[in-house]
Parts: sequence; structure tokens; C-alpha cells
Amino acid sequence: MADTASTAPEMSGDDGNRRDFLLNATIGVSAVGTLAAIWPFIDFLSPSADVLALATTEVDISGVDLGMAITIQWQGKPVFVRHRTAEEIETAVADDAAELRDPQADADRVQNPDWLIVIGICTHLGCIPQGQKPGEPRGEWGGWFCPCHGSHYDTSGRIRKGPAPLNLAVPPYEFLSDDTVKIG
Amino acid sequence: MSHPTKQFKNPVLNWIEYRLPIFSLIDNSVGSGYPTPKNLSYWWNFGSLAGFVLVIMIATGILLAMQYTPHETMAFSSVEHIMRDVNWGWLIRYLHMNGGSMFFILVYIHVFRGVYYGSHKKPRELLWIIGVIILFIMIITAFLGYVLPWGQMSYWGATVITSMLSAVPVVGDDLTIWLWGGFTVDNPTLNRFFSLHYLLPFTILGLVILHVWALHEHKSNNPLGIDVQGPQDTIPFHPYYTVKDLFGVGVFLIFYLYFVFFAPNFFGEPDNYIPANPLLTPPHIVPEWYFLPFYAILRAFTVDIWGITAKLQGVVAMVMAVLLLAALPWLDGSRVRSMSFRPRSRIFFWTFVANCIFLGYLGGQVAEEPYVILGKISTAYYFAYLLIILPFVSRTEDVDEVPESISAAVSKQ
Ligand code: HEM
Ligand code: FES
Repeated sequence: MADTASTAPEMSGDDGNRRDFLLNATIGVSAVGTLAAIWPFIDFLSPSADVLALATTEVDISGVDLGMAITIQWQGKPVFVRHRTAEEIETAVADDAAELRDPQADADRVQNPDWLIVIGICTHLGCIPQGQKPGEPRGEWGGWFCPCHGSHYDTSGRIRKGPAPLNLAVPPYEFLSDDTVKIG
Repeated sequence: MSHPTKQFKNPVLNWIEYRLPIFSLIDNSVGSGYPTPKNLSYWWNFGSLAGFVLVIMIATGILLAMQYTPHETMAFSSVEHIMRDVNWGWLIRYLHMNGGSMFFILVYIHVFRGVYYGSHKKPRELLWIIGVIILFIMIITAFLGYVLPWGQMSYWGATVITSMLSAVPVVGDDLTIWLWGGFTVDNPTLNRFFSLHYLLPFTILGLVILHVWALHEHKSNNPLGIDVQGPQDTIPFHPYYTVKDLFGVGVFLIFYLYFVFFAPNFFGEPDNYIPANPLLTPPHIVPEWYFLPFYAILRAFTVDIWGITAKLQGVVAMVMAVLLLAALPWLDGSRVRSMSFRPRSRIFFWTFVANCIFLGYLGGQVAEEPYVILGKISTAYYFAYLLIILPFVSRTEDVDEVPESISAAVSKQ
């Protein structure tokens, strides 16, 4: 072995390059191989296929009177469906011009202004805001109030005050008829 | 290793000792072969007490795991089954439940003791840092354990705490879904939390071994904060401190078992006896008492600054509140360890302790005025103490005269 080592410097540059190449290739292949071996351990924790199977939910909204709201479950998450009054729509539109933390026009958040459909999860740390049932606090802007750390949402589900960074998210949905919405 | 092997009258012991010098290891760790400063006060009991509780947590936890079912539809009822049907189930569960609270009481006192007496200073920095890591893993372990009974507080506490990850820029939301294994806290979350709750205490055990190893390298600090200069300053650990630690265990057990037998739910939240409901957040979510100061820090940030969301600020501050403790050996720049000789540091230290308790109180209040503003002030003091006051005062204050040796100070009394 000592011979091999001591003869190395006398070898032509070509051989040196070849040794470097072999060394780098070995390091490269083991690095890629190690990463490839780690990935299954990490991805094992991601949602499994049955959880991912995107459920869609159809809702009959004919029974939701003006000014009332219902909560339905989609992908395990609560979805708020609120039948807005003319007054609520008016303030939501008027507030497009107000100073908003997450600026978005009311028109971009609804398909039919009478119905506001948003995911009922506070964008702060995931509590379900209050304001769905009559008698629950709706916050200073008449939408929802998250009791956990005091976030206020307006009648368009936009964040107006408190620690939450974003508006209540709008899920993908479509009106199948005047009375039914498909969420997802 | 050339430890002097011990000689016993019993040939079996000699046979073992010759091949595996375990008896001399024990003797040099907690026996007559371990010299200990002779002036340790009762504040030095809390380390061994914490170790005692760790053993209780592991023993009761392993038993609970034999009757507990980590499934969203069965977890809650399996805990009720432990409480009602399993022999002594109520005792084992209440020991585990209150053991968690005791663990934090002991460890918090243990940590404050270290700050006061400068136990983190050279040459014990690494010992201290290992301690801070233990505290951090303990916090995670207790959080995971609290999710297991799958009550309302379990579920919503888990939701609020895990949602903190979503504050991470760009990948936050994906990270949270990865952590949950779903789109909300759900069955996969419960399962993995159980798996980790079983694992982490053994990680703590490993770290405790490193902690004690580092301790034995330079031995205990002491209330005077001065170095041991020779045999005249020490007494053997056994019998002097074995007896004192055992006495501490007795006093502690009275305290601990009082809660277990007479007020088992004193530290708990009644809402956790309501099964988890993913569609209804309880109006007032509070973490367990030992997290309240950190929870108050989390909530103290409500305004975005320079495009950094209030949410991210709160989460970073909360994590830093624990991890910053690891930098104490360098933040405290005094050449004298013990605050007994540092009158000004002492005032700010006790204000810091009171402030931590006040933060705990605020963490339990609703997110309304005046609590919001008080939370901000109190959080400001927490960080100001660690980052400004302590570094400055420790480097500028006039220190009292420090005794020349432990034995000199002790014989003067
Ligand atoms: C560092 C040590 C530990 C701490 C701080 C800790 C903390 C906790 C806490 C706070 C709970 C919730 C109690 C309740 O409200 O019901 C819990 C539950 C539980 N823990 Fe631990 N634990 C520790 C070690 C262990 C170990 C080593 C195991 C298993 C080998 C274990 C198994 C369990 C089980 C099965 C439950 C659910 C039953 C119940 O809720 O009573 N724990 N733990
Ligand atoms: S989770 Fe809604 S304000 Fe924090």
C-alpha cells in the first residue's frame, strides 16, 4: 500500500484527474443515495392517500334565512356559509376602500354576493371564530370574532383587527343550482 | 480507565467489580467517593427531585400505555376506562397527570436557582446548555402528553400550538399539514403524538445522563459561588447528601401526593373532560399552567412590523424565551457567580422572577385590555432583563466582599 501511495505524485495529471473524478462521483452518489433514503422517512408523515382523497361536499342552502349562517364540514374543516343581508353586503363593499391588512375586494371573495362562503378557521392559530350562531359575538366589524386571541373579521371574512395575518380563506366551490352549493 | 477498583468482603462483588467497575462508578457518582461542597442549601435538592419525578413519569407512563388507545374515537373513552375500570387506574393516571405539574415546578425552581447562584458560569456552561435542552424537550413532551386524552383542551391546545408552524414564511402551511398528517389535527396526529410522547422521555433520560456527567466533571456549584479549594471545603456525598436528598424526597412526596389524593384536578382544566369536538372551539383556550408565561409572550405581539407578521413575531419570541436561557453564561458577565454578593443584580433577578409569575397570570386571562397591554410590558421586561439589564448590571455593579474559601465562610457562622 505504501508503494501505491508514494508513486501517486509521479503519475500523470490524467490519473490525478481520474482519481478526483472517482472520489467526487463516489461522494456524489452516496449523497444522492442518502437523501433518497431519508425521503421516505420524511414523506411517511405526510397525509396518506385516504386522507388526501379530496372529498367534495354538497350543501342544501335553501333553509338558510337571510342573516343566518350554517357551518358544514369539508375535509374535516368547518366551512361557514352565511346568507348576508343587504346591509352586510353594503358595508363589505364600502370597506374595500378601508385600510386592510390583507387587501381584497369583496367582489373577489364571493360568487354570489348574497352568500359568503369561507373556511371557518382563524388564520392566526386555527381556532374556530364565533359569530355563526345568533347571540355569539361577531366582533367590531359584524363578521366573526375569534375568542382565542381576539381577531376580528368583517362581513366579507376579512381580517380587521387582532393577531391573525390573513382573511378567512375562500374554499373552491360552485353553485349547482340556486339552492345547492358543491364545496371542493 | 484506571479507576481504583473497590475491594469488598463479598467475592461475588469483587468478581463483578474486577470485570465491570460499576460499584466504584456508583461510589464515585453518588457515594462516599464523590466530594461535595459542604455548604449546599436546600435549593440543591431540586435536581435529584426532578430525576425522581422522571422515573415516576416513565413508570406510570409505561403502565398507562398498556391500557390507553391512541385513536380519535377511543382515546377519550380509554382514559375514562383507565379511570373507572382498570385496577388502580385512577391512581396511576393521577400520578402521571400531577407528576407533569410537579416536574415543571421542580425544574423551574432548579433553573432559577442556577440563575441566582451563577451555576451556569464557567466551567459549567455545557452542563447548563444541556439543561436548557432538557427543559425544551420536556415542554414538547408535556404538550404531546396533554393531547392524548383527546378532550376539548387537548384538541384545541394541539390546534393552536401546531398552527404556530404555519407562521414559518413560504413553507409554513405545507409544514403544518405534514406535521398533522392531514388537513386538521386528526387521527394521524394523535397517533404520531403518542409515538413521540413515548419516545421523548427516554431522550430526556439520555440527556440527564450527560447532564450529570458534566456535573461530576467540575462538581456542584454552591451558595457562595466560589470554587472548592481542597478537601477542607467538601464532605462525601454519601451519607451526607444522600440523606438530605432523601429527606427532600419525603417532603416532596407529601406535597405531590396531597394533590394526587385530595385535589387531583387542581392543575387541570374541566374542559378536558369534554370529548374533543373539531367543530367547536371552547370560548377560552388556556394551556396548562406551566406554559402560561410562554403563552402570554406569544400573545404579546399584535402589530406587523416591517412586513413581519405579528404571528411570526409571537412564535419566534416564545421559542426564544426558552432558548435564550442557553446564552446566560455569556449574558451574565459578572466575575462573581453568586448573587448573594451582587446587591443590584439581586433586585433585578427577583423582579424577573416576579415578572415570570405575572406573565403566567396574564397568560391565563382573556385577550382583552388591560391584559393585552400588560402582557406587552411584561414581555418587554422578560427580554430586557436577559438582553440588556443582566449583561449591563453584571459588568458594572460593585460586588460585596466574597469569602476566601467555603470552609472559612462556614466556620465563621
Ligand atoms: C418526561 C416525562 C413525561 C411527561 C412530562 C408526561 C406528561 C404527560 C401529560 C401532561 C399527560 C396528560 C395527562 C392527562 O391530562 O390525562 C400525559 C398522558 C399520557 N402519558 Fe405521559 N409524560 C411523560 C412520560 C411518559 C412516558 C415515558 C409514557 C409511556 C411510556 C407516557 C405515557 C402517557 C400516556 C399513555 C398518556 C395518556 C393517558 C392519560 O392521559 O392519562 N408518558 N403525559
Ligand atoms: S387563533 Fe384566532 S386569534 Fe388566535
